[in-house]
Amino acid sequence: MFAFIVRRIIQSIVVMLVISFIGFSVQHNIGDPVRDMVGERVSVEEREAIRDKLGLNDPFWTQYIRFVGNAAKGDLGTSYFHSKPTLQVILSKAPATLELVLVSSIIIILLTFPIGIYSALFPRSLFSKIVMGFSTIGVAVPVFLTAIVLIYIFGVELNWLPAYGRGETVNIWGWETGLLTWDGLRHLILPSLSLSSIMLPLYIRLIRSEMMEVLETEYIKFAWAKGLNKNRVWLVHAFKNTLLPVVTVFGVEIGILFAFTLLTETVFQWQGMGFMFLEAVERSDTALLVAYLMVVGGMFVLINTVIDVIYGFINPMVRIAGAK
Amino acid sequence: MKRWQRFKSSYFLYSFRRDPVAVSSFTVFFLLVAVAFLAPVIAPFNPYDTTIIDIMDAEIAPSWMEGGEDRFWLGTDIQGRDLFSTMLYGLRTSVIIGLGAVIFQAILGISVGLTSGYLGGRIDAFFMRIADIQFSIPYLIVAIITSAIFQLAFGVGRFEQMAMPLLIVIIGMSEWPKYARTVRASVLGEKNKEYVEAARVIGLNRRIIMFRHILPNTLTPVLVISTIQVAQAVMSEAALSFLGLGMPITKPSLGSLINAGFEYVFSGSWWITFFPGILLVVFTLVIILFGDWLRDVLNPKLYKG
Repeated sequence: MFAFIVRRIIQSIVVMLVISFIGFSVQHNIGDPVRDMVGERVSVEEREAIRDKLGLNDPFWTQYIRFVGNAAKGDLGTSYFHSKPTLQVILSKAPATLELVLVSSIIIILLTFPIGIYSALFPRSLFSKIVMGFSTIGVAVPVFLTAIVLIYIFGVELNWLPAYGRGETVNIWGWETGLLTWDGLRHLILPSLSLSSIMLPLYIRLIRSEMMEVLETEYIKFAWAKGLNKNRVWLVHAFKNTLLPVVTVFGVEIGILFAFTLLTETVFQWQGMGFMFLEAVERSDTALLVAYLMVVGGMFVLINTVIDVIYGFINPMVRIAGAK
Repeated sequence: MKRWQRFKSSYFLYSFRRDPVAVSSFTVFFLLVAVAFLAPVIAPFNPYDTTIIDIMDAEIAPSWMEGGEDRFWLGTDIQGRDLFSTMLYGLRTSVIIGLGAVIFQAILGISVGLTSGYLGGRIDAFFMRIADIQFSIPYLIVAIITSAIFQLAFGVGRFEQMAMPLLIVIIGMSEWPKYARTVRASVLGEKNKEYVEAARVIGLNRRIIMFRHILPNTLTPVLVISTIQVAQAVMSEAALSFLGLGMPITKPSLGSLINAGFEYVFSGSWWITFFPGILLVVFTLVIILFGDWLRDVLNPKLYKG
C-alpha cells in the first residue's frame, strides 16, 4: 500500500511538471510581462533594459526552472489587469465557484435518490414514465439553455428570483459566503438549479438502472421469501447495494460539474473562477490565464490522486493493476 | 448487389425497422443533415451576403406575431438577418464541426489505440499515461482552455478567420482518449486470436496486420461511441461558441446564435435564442436516441433498462 501511494504521488508530480511546462510555454510565447508592467508607451531601449533585469532574455530552460521554483513557492506571477498576485485573485474568486458546486451537488443528491428509487420500484407508474421522458430529453439540453429559460421564467416574467450576481455576502475568515444571508441564498437558487440540471437526468437513470438490477438479485428474492417488511427490503437491502456504484461515480462527476460552472457563471454573471477566467481571456491577461491553468490542473491532479488512494484502500485490485 | 441483399435480410435492419424510436430519430437526423447541407438552396436569404442584410431589419418578430413580417418566417436576429436562413447555415456549421471533430478524434484515437494495443510495452505505457492524464481532466475544461490559448496566440481576428478548422482540432484533441482506450481494449482481445497468429506466421508486416486484420474487428465499439461523440462534439461547439471562444457571429453556428440572442431575451426578443436552442436540442436528441439504439443492437450485453 505504501509503495502504491508513493508511486501515485510521483506520478502526480510528473503530471504537474507537464502542466507547468504547458503553462510556461504559453506565457513564454504569448505573454509580454514588460507591457504588463509599464504599458505601451515606453521606448524600445528601456523595454530591453527591463527585459534584461527580469531575466526574460535568459535561455528557455533557465526561465522554466525559475517559473517552476516560483510556482512551488506559490508565486504564479502578477495579473496585468488586477495588479495583484494571480493566486490571490483566483483564491478570492474560488468561494463563489465552490459554493455553486456544493449547492448543486446537494440539489442533485436530494432530488435524484428519491426519484431514481421511486421510478425503479414503480417503473409502470405515470410519474416514472414522465421522469424517464424528461431525463431522455434532458441529456440533450445544454446547460446554458436551461439557464436562459430559467432566467426568462423566474427572473424576467415572474420576477421571483434574482438572475444576476451573488447578492449580499458575508465575510467569514476571508471566505466570502453567500450561504448565510437570505439574499445570497436567493441568488444561489437559479445558478445551482441550472448547474445541477446537467447531472439530474444522468443520475436518475443511473440510480434507476442500478436499483432495478439489484431488485432482480437472489438475495432480494430471499429477503422477500423470508417475509421481510417491504420497506426494509427496498431501503435496507436493495438501496444500500445501489449506493456504492453511485457514490463512486459521483466522486468523478464533481469534476465535470466544476467544468460546467464556466458556462453557468457566464450566464449568471456569477463572480467565480470561471467568470474570471473568461474575463482574463478577453483582456489578454496571460499571467492570470496561466495561473488558472496551473490551479485547475493542480486541483484535478489532487482530486484524482486522493480518489485513487481511497480506491486503493477499498479495492486491492487497483493496487495490483497500478503496479503492472 | 450481394452486399445489399445481405444487408436487407440482416438482423440489423430487421430490428431497426421494428423500433419506431430508431426509425423516427434516424429520419429526423437525416432530414436535418440534408436541410443543413442544402441550406444555400433552401434558405430564402444568404446570411453571408452582406449586401442584402439591412440593420434596420434587426429584431423583427416571427411572422405570426405582432410586428412580424411575411418575409421573415421566424423573425430576424440582431444583425437583421433572416433567422430561419441563418439557423440553417448555422446548423450546417455545427454539423460540419461535429462530424469533422469526430473524424479527427477517431483517426487520432484509433491510430494511438491500435499502436499501443498491438505493440504494447513502453509505447503502450507512454500513450496510455497521456490518455490517463487527459482523461482525468473533463474534456470541456481542456477544450475551453485550449481555445482560449489559441485565441490569445492568434489574436481574435485571425482566430475568427480560422475558427472552423481550429474548432475541429480543439474538440478533436479534447476527446481522443476515449477512442484510444476503446480501441486498445478490443485490440488486446483480438491480438492473440488465431487469425492474427496465422497472419504473423505467413510473414505479413506489422502495419498490414494492424490495419487490415485487427482494425476491422475492433470497429463495432468504435461505431457505438461515434454516434454519441457526434452529439457531444456538437454540444461542445455550442458551448465554446456560447462562451465567445468558438464561431464568431459573422459565421453563425447554433451556439453563437444562442449567445448573440441571449442578451436580447430580456428585452423581449426571445426568438433569437429560442429557435436555434430548440434546433440544437432536437439535433443532439435524435443523435443520442439513435446512438442508444445502435448500442443496444450491437452490444446486447450492455442492455440496461
